[in-house]
Amino acid sequence: MKKLISIVLVAAMALSMVACGGASSTPASTGASSEAASTATSGEETSGKELSVGMITDVGGVNDRSFNQTSWEGLQALAEENPNIKVSYLESKTDADYSANIETYLSEGTDLIICVGYMLAEATKVAAEANPDQLFAIIDDSSIDLPNVACLMFSQAEASYLVGIVAGLATESNTVGYVQGMVSDSMNQFGCGFIAGVKSVNPEATVLQFNANSFGDPTGGNTAATDMITKGADVVFHAAGATGNGVIEACKANGVYAIGVDTDQAPLAPETVITSAMKRVDIAAQDISLAVANGTFTPGVHLYSLENGGVDLSPTRDLLTEEMLTAVEDAKAKIIAGEVTVPSTPDELGDGLFTLK
Amino acid sequence: MHNPNLDLNTVVVDMRNITKKFGDFTANDGIQLTVHKGEIHAILGENGAGKSTLMNQLYGMYPPTSGEIYIKGQKIHMDSPKKAISAGIGMVHQHFMLVQPFTVTQNIVLGMEPQKGIMLDMATARKNVEAISKKYGLAVDPDAKIEDISVGMQQRVEILKALYRGAEILILDEPTASLTPQEISELIDIMHSLTADGKSIILITHKLKEIKASADFCTIIRMGKYINTVEVDKVSEDDLASMMVGRNVNFKVDKQEQEPGDVVLDVKDLHAVDYRGVEILRGLNLQVRKGQILGLAGIDGNGQTELVECITGLRKATKGSITVNGTDIFNKSPRYGFEHGVSSIPADRQKHGLVLEFSVADNMVLQNFAEDKYSSHGIRKMDAVNSFTQEAIEKFDIRPRDCLNKPAGTLSGGNQQKVIIAREVTNNKDLLIAVNPTRGLDVGAIEYVHKYIVEQRNKGKAVLLVSFELDEIISLSDEIDVIFDGRINGSLPGKDADENTLGLWMAGGKADE
Amino acid sequence: MNKLEKFLNSKFLVTLFSILLGFVVGALFLLPMGISPVEAYAKLFDGVFGSVRNMAYSVVYATPLIFTGLAVAFSFRTGVFNIGAEGQFVMGSMAACVVGILVPAPAIILVPLCFIAALAVGAVWGLIVAFLKVKWGINEVLSMIMFNWIAFYLSNYIADLPMIHNEGNAEATKNVQDAARILFPQAWLDALCPASNWGILLAVLAVILVYVIIEKTTLGYQLKAVGFNRSAAEYGGISVNKSIYIAMAISGALAGMGGAIQLLGMGSRISIFTAQESFGFQGISVALIGASNPIGVFFAGLFYGALKYGGSKLNLIGAPSEVINIIMGTVVFFIAISHVFRFVKKRKNNKKGEA
Repeated sequence: MKKLISIVLVAAMALSMVACGGASSTPASTGASSEAASTATSGEETSGKELSVGMITDVGGVNDRSFNQTSWEGLQALAEENPNIKVSYLESKTDADYSANIETYLSEGTDLIICVGYMLAEATKVAAEANPDQLFAIIDDSSIDLPNVACLMFSQAEASYLVGIVAGLATESNTVGYVQGMVSDSMNQFGCGFIAGVKSVNPEATVLQFNANSFGDPTGGNTAATDMITKGADVVFHAAGATGNGVIEACKANGVYAIGVDTDQAPLAPETVITSAMKRVDIAAQDISLAVANGTFTPGVHLYSLENGGVDLSPTRDLLTEEMLTAVEDAKAKIIAGEVTVPSTPDELGDGLFTLK
Repeated sequence: MHNPNLDLNTVVVDMRNITKKFGDFTANDGIQLTVHKGEIHAILGENGAGKSTLMNQLYGMYPPTSGEIYIKGQKIHMDSPKKAISAGIGMVHQHFMLVQPFTVTQNIVLGMEPQKGIMLDMATARKNVEAISKKYGLAVDPDAKIEDISVGMQQRVEILKALYRGAEILILDEPTASLTPQEISELIDIMHSLTADGKSIILITHKLKEIKASADFCTIIRMGKYINTVEVDKVSEDDLASMMVGRNVNFKVDKQEQEPGDVVLDVKDLHAVDYRGVEILRGLNLQVRKGQILGLAGIDGNGQTELVECITGLRKATKGSITVNGTDIFNKSPRYGFEHGVSSIPADRQKHGLVLEFSVADNMVLQNFAEDKYSSHGIRKMDAVNSFTQEAIEKFDIRPRDCLNKPAGTLSGGNQQKVIIAREVTNNKDLLIAVNPTRGLDVGAIEYVHKYIVEQRNKGKAVLLVSFELDEIISLSDEIDVIFDGRINGSLPGKDADENTLGLWMAGGKADE
Repeated sequence: MNKLEKFLNSKFLVTLFSILLGFVVGALFLLPMGISPVEAYAKLFDGVFGSVRNMAYSVVYATPLIFTGLAVAFSFRTGVFNIGAEGQFVMGSMAACVVGILVPAPAIILVPLCFIAALAVGAVWGLIVAFLKVKWGINEVLSMIMFNWIAFYLSNYIADLPMIHNEGNAEATKNVQDAARILFPQAWLDALCPASNWGILLAVLAVILVYVIIEKTTLGYQLKAVGFNRSAAEYGGISVNKSIYIAMAISGALAGMGGAIQLLGMGSRISIFTAQESFGFQGISVALIGASNPIGVFFAGLFYGALKYGGSKLNLIGAPSEVINIIMGTVVFFIAISHVFRFVKKRKNNKKGEA
């Protein structure tokens, strides 16, 4: 019997080592990246009424170091400042979980259900139609036109344009790289904006492009970036979720620059990530929650663009030169003023510059 | 006649009142063993009597539940083989523990290789091996690979391994299992020369003849209990057998002469290759007739296994012909052979004969489960299967009697063999091939199996008996063929058989025409 | 037989004990995180049993696992380790999806058609591996892992084809036609949960079918014989190769069916995968917990499904849903250890027997 107990203890120890080395290596609570994500709220306070907000992630999970994580961090910060707001999240493991998770929040009587990502559009639509009194918000999808659904969209192309400028100026080899998670209208906005930005300051530069076909393949990202670096790229931008982590790794290993996306990814590799194309999903989540709290919820598309600070360069700017910052501010002003239109489709970009299929 | 080197004044091994329990099961119950210097001491018992358990404790594999072990007068707590080895005990196991692709030298010095700095010093190793081999008269080729040498030489390598580690007391576990008669007498000579050098030998065996030929004293164990220690000179083989089994044992097989009938199995010019592509059957001819037991004698590795595999359809032959009652079964499937008259008691009953996880009932219909009698439209008729099996259990005295739904693996070796035999009887095929049918069985079961085989022959079946036990072949066969190197090397009628001639042919000597 | 042996030999007791241990180890991980295991497990329990809807959802989540569990269990019984259930599930799912999208037919024809497609494709996916094993002796575990990935990428490729791809933004296929769905009538859905479907009844049928095949038919006898002891089976005249083919085909078909049921029941579309969805791998755990017995697999599937569904709610109290993985991993670990203990004990007894 003694032997059995000691075996059990050893097994439990071994198991704990295995479990800790598992998939999500950062805890769900606010990690290092939260500082850089500047989770300051818009400063508004609520009327003090109790509010519950539930967030549903897509299959990337809440620790994807991107998208889902940023939204959650935004909500957490909101809850800290406003004790009357209760926030929670549900992770979706497979595509079929979306509707089940929505059901869970419905049965809990959650005031606002935030669905993170266009993959949840279908499920959100069905649930919103069936439950007209329930308020929903969806991020990155504009297809739903219902009075109880707010669509939070981002000018992805604009953010990418800005980092494109940085890339175009930072490159010394005149070759930059770009890794995209998947080819779709939504994702293509990143690519097209980026290329336009690069060309706007460095018309001679070449942009190597790669479609990783996965948002969860860091190894693939690493290989793709390494390949580009071998071909001369000294700055690589990614819009590829977890795949991008591999891109950043490769850039770090080879001593070249990387550009992150969605959140400030500089903390991942401070010497390597010069900037990131930020999608302030955290602000968006906070805004819509506060709107519900204050009774000012409006359905339809809410566009987060350069104009309202919904997209921008990331706050960590240690590696950016004066020249770059000036060029970026310049472009920003022009875009807001309408003097420059950022292309968001391959056709708008033209000249066959966007090569991903 | 005692071994002249026996020194009754010096006791080297004294195992006192050894009891060993595994949970509720008592494997050894108060066993005494005393071995003197220069003695050859045999431990006799049936399978499952507890011989190996006793020796395993001497060799430090596990400690006794109670009792003490004294080596050369010193009480030693044997808790590991390392301790045993440093106490001067060496063990040669029944199944050799040699590394096949390594040379003799490498095997002997394994784990104790001489070193020059950090490099292995194989030259010194070789010298050491030669020296020790010469000292004890154990002829080996230091550079030969184990996979290339004979079983007899392998055994000598095993003995040298023990001696190299300074063994003064040698335990030999069933040493003659795979040896020819000549090699067996060579082994006995070796044992004598070892005792001349002051070594003591403990022999685990159930071979009465060899005990009579070599041992000074014999300790008999039965069902874990100590029965007696006798001076071998003063007892007969029958005495030993009775003590071992606990009753009188009849060794003689009752067999009347009978005239064999037509040829049932006809093998002509059979050729086959082994897994390396080397020819293992080189033009073998063999015939078995109705009402005849043809014994196939030979040392393991000369093609008998492959011959049986070809006849039963488990191996493809390359050339020749095999017919049963005139029907060609050459290179046909096992199913086909079975349907045309071939049944067999396989050499490895647990590997080929039974599915140990299946119940006895399921095993009883291994070839017949899909027949109309036992199934209908794919659904099994368990009632029919069960009643058939129960009948067989009664008829063939398979124990325990309620084993119908118990896994076959829970039966003892002898009873497992009975299941297979019961099955083959009812299959009632014209040809019965029995390969080492009594391997691992105790004396009682052996009696039974022999009786059955003779019974089948009396009923007119053709029986091909393949066995490594020469005694079995000689006592049962009407006709004996000797296989050597893939061919029949010699043949004579059973009643004219003598060990020496057969042993000679088994080793490759030519039969005088 | 002493107490320990008796305990080890009772598969049921060992399973129960392992599950208990699993929860204990899970608690050990929750405590340092400042989460009360009592609260967490209470939430889990409530998440499964707290309402009719929760129970209904648990059953829905369990249904595909019962199929993959059956697939793996069946393969175990016949001597193969079907680690390829993952790929067979995916292929079956995609087959049903394609038929469900493209074939215009009323439900009464379309649903069976989707099932047939899934069964056939799942079976073929298993047969390919069996062929490689029989013809060239290629280790089936290796090839099945590779085929899992082939299925993964093949599914994504098909999902990308213009006539299959979703018309909106989603990285997924179109939804299958309503006629292909196997949801319960609306009234039942309202009473149970929005995803309740006929899959569970088909699962029960499958359990019965597998049970009958294994225990009562000559086919089952043949496959078991080959699984336990190839040599003896061959000796007894059974065609080993044929048996391997049949076993892999049935196993693959079961897994493929699971894929179809998941799609036509809870799913409605197949997304472009970013990672394997693990239904097949979870089936391995289910088969192990159910001790490869069809009835055991049924309950093990319900157990795992309940844990999956209830576990997703742990996020609501701040507990990581990964704790479910830890629990399941521990359960499987201890069940596996008991096998090792049994094996070692048997060896020791055998050695004794040879004395």
